[in-house]
Amino acid sequence: MNDSVNIKVAGFGGQGVMMFGQMLAYAATEEELFALWVPSYGPETRGGTANCSVIVAKKPINSPVFQKADRLVAFNLPSLEKFRDKVEKNGIVLYNSSLIKEPGAISASTVLAVPANDVALSLGNIQVANMVMLGAFLEVTGMFLPATVEHILQKLLGERKAHLMPINLAAIAAGRDLVKNGASSHA
Amino acid sequence: MANKVLMKGNEAIALAAVKGGVEAYFGYPITPQNEVSEYLSKYMFEQGRVFLQAESEVAAINMVYGAAASGKRVMTSSSSPGIALKQEGISYLAGSELPAVIVSVMRGGPGLGGIQPSQADYYQATRGGGNGDYHTIVFAPESIQETVDVMKEAFDVADYYRNPVMVLVDGLIGQMMEAVDFNRPVTKRFLPPKDWAAGGMNGHSGRNTICSLYLDPYELEAHNLKLQKKYQAAIQNETKFELVNMEDPDYVIVAYGTMARVVRSAIEILTKKKLNVGMIRPISVWPFPKAPFKAINRNCKGILVCEMSLGQMLDDVRIMNNGALPVGFFGRAGGIVPEPEEVVDAILHFEQRRVD
Repeated sequence: MNDSVNIKVAGFGGQGVMMFGQMLAYAATEEELFALWVPSYGPETRGGTANCSVIVAKKPINSPVFQKADRLVAFNLPSLEKFRDKVEKNGIVLYNSSLIKEPGAISASTVLAVPANDVALSLGNIQVANMVMLGAFLEVTGMFLPATVEHILQKLLGERKAHLMPINLAAIAAGRDLVKNGASSHA
Repeated sequence: MANKVLMKGNEAIALAAVKGGVEAYFGYPITPQNEVSEYLSKYMFEQGRVFLQAESEVAAINMVYGAAASGKRVMTSSSSPGIALKQEGISYLAGSELPAVIVSVMRGGPGLGGIQPSQADYYQATRGGGNGDYHTIVFAPESIQETVDVMKEAFDVADYYRNPVMVLVDGLIGQMMEAVDFNRPVTKRFLPPKDWAAGGMNGHSGRNTICSLYLDPYELEAHNLKLQKKYQAAIQNETKFELVNMEDPDYVIVAYGTMARVVRSAIEILTKKKLNVGMIRPISVWPFPKAPFKAINRNCKGILVCEMSLGQMLDDVRIMNNGALPVGFFGRAGGIVPEPEEVVDAILHFEQRRVD
């Protein structure tokens, strides 16, 4: 991992964007890295796009805002449109190809089309689309140990939602497989 | 970082208040500080302490007055327009010498403004909108860790001076998440017993009266002079600041809170451009630090004040600089958190930023 990684996660409210970002911040904290999570909390969360920024670093984090992201995760087209020009040239972009059929030109060195909704539906629950995306993200970035992510998921779901653990883990594994198979990436 | 927990700023403020011994909380909802109340509504109940959502901000601050008068550790929290409504109560707290902690999570103004992060309530915090010759001791931390450390100490500072203490952060610190350690040591202070409190007659004869009304002008002047003595002591003992890279800098930036963190990143970029830029970061904004301005090297080319407002702390920097060095200003308003590159640009074009 680089000394500091700027991540932007964006989508519709309800797509699990905030949880996606928080899981990265929790995982970083557990692995004794520095982490900072900033949500968008404006009126845009009602019906429009919701987004959050995460910074993961090996040293204390200064500025909580950044100009360009090293990693962009876009769950819908408006989010991709909003942030496509705010990605570093050597950055990685993952987009939800179930909803984004025509992504257009993206000037990042790695672009991954992840059919997150379709894979989640095939697993039986659309709500784990964010975990499919998370699996792909973790696989392509090589961030965090699988055990860390599993532990964080367990903590966030808690006892009340413990029964959802298997499907969430299956979704993360399916997301990882998409990247391993390399089917939908292009440079 | 084993004993650190990842937490939202507002929730960390609430838990830090509990660690600081808060016995009663009175508040009224407003974005972006609602998680403070949300967290305390559960926690205070479980701890057998007082949580009350008042019918208005005015009611809440006056409940703070009442509970503080009874000798309890009390707090309230709000955001810009809400803090505006509390100003009368804050003046009464100061006049009646009542300790209380007020958390102000700033958003863009004026009026209802917006809900995004801002530092446009610097005047409101350090000058106050209440009447009379009074001061509120104001701490303006830059991270969730520092906010927690300051919160824990704020109750002691309030009790020590028998004066309201404000913890001033912007909406970003309230909304973001960072890892925080709640067990860092707090400076131990000798706190005299609250024998002045209107907490019942046990242990003393005669009645304790809490009020800010002195109809005899000589008596009121004496009261004012007594308050001033406390403020002088606070200036001596509570002034807090951090110096970053202040050995022979080409330029000095003055910034606090979130803005200071953006400046830290800007300084890193400027260092790569072979420009030596330092920062004076006030942690207490009242009292405002004086000593670091006296210590700036005279060949320094200028002081750039950076704020998430259109220039409020700028006044204090001008007072401390007293015409010695050129002063420039960079600020964004309305809820925009500037990016480090904007600060870099302001330093590179310092002459265009001059306001002296």
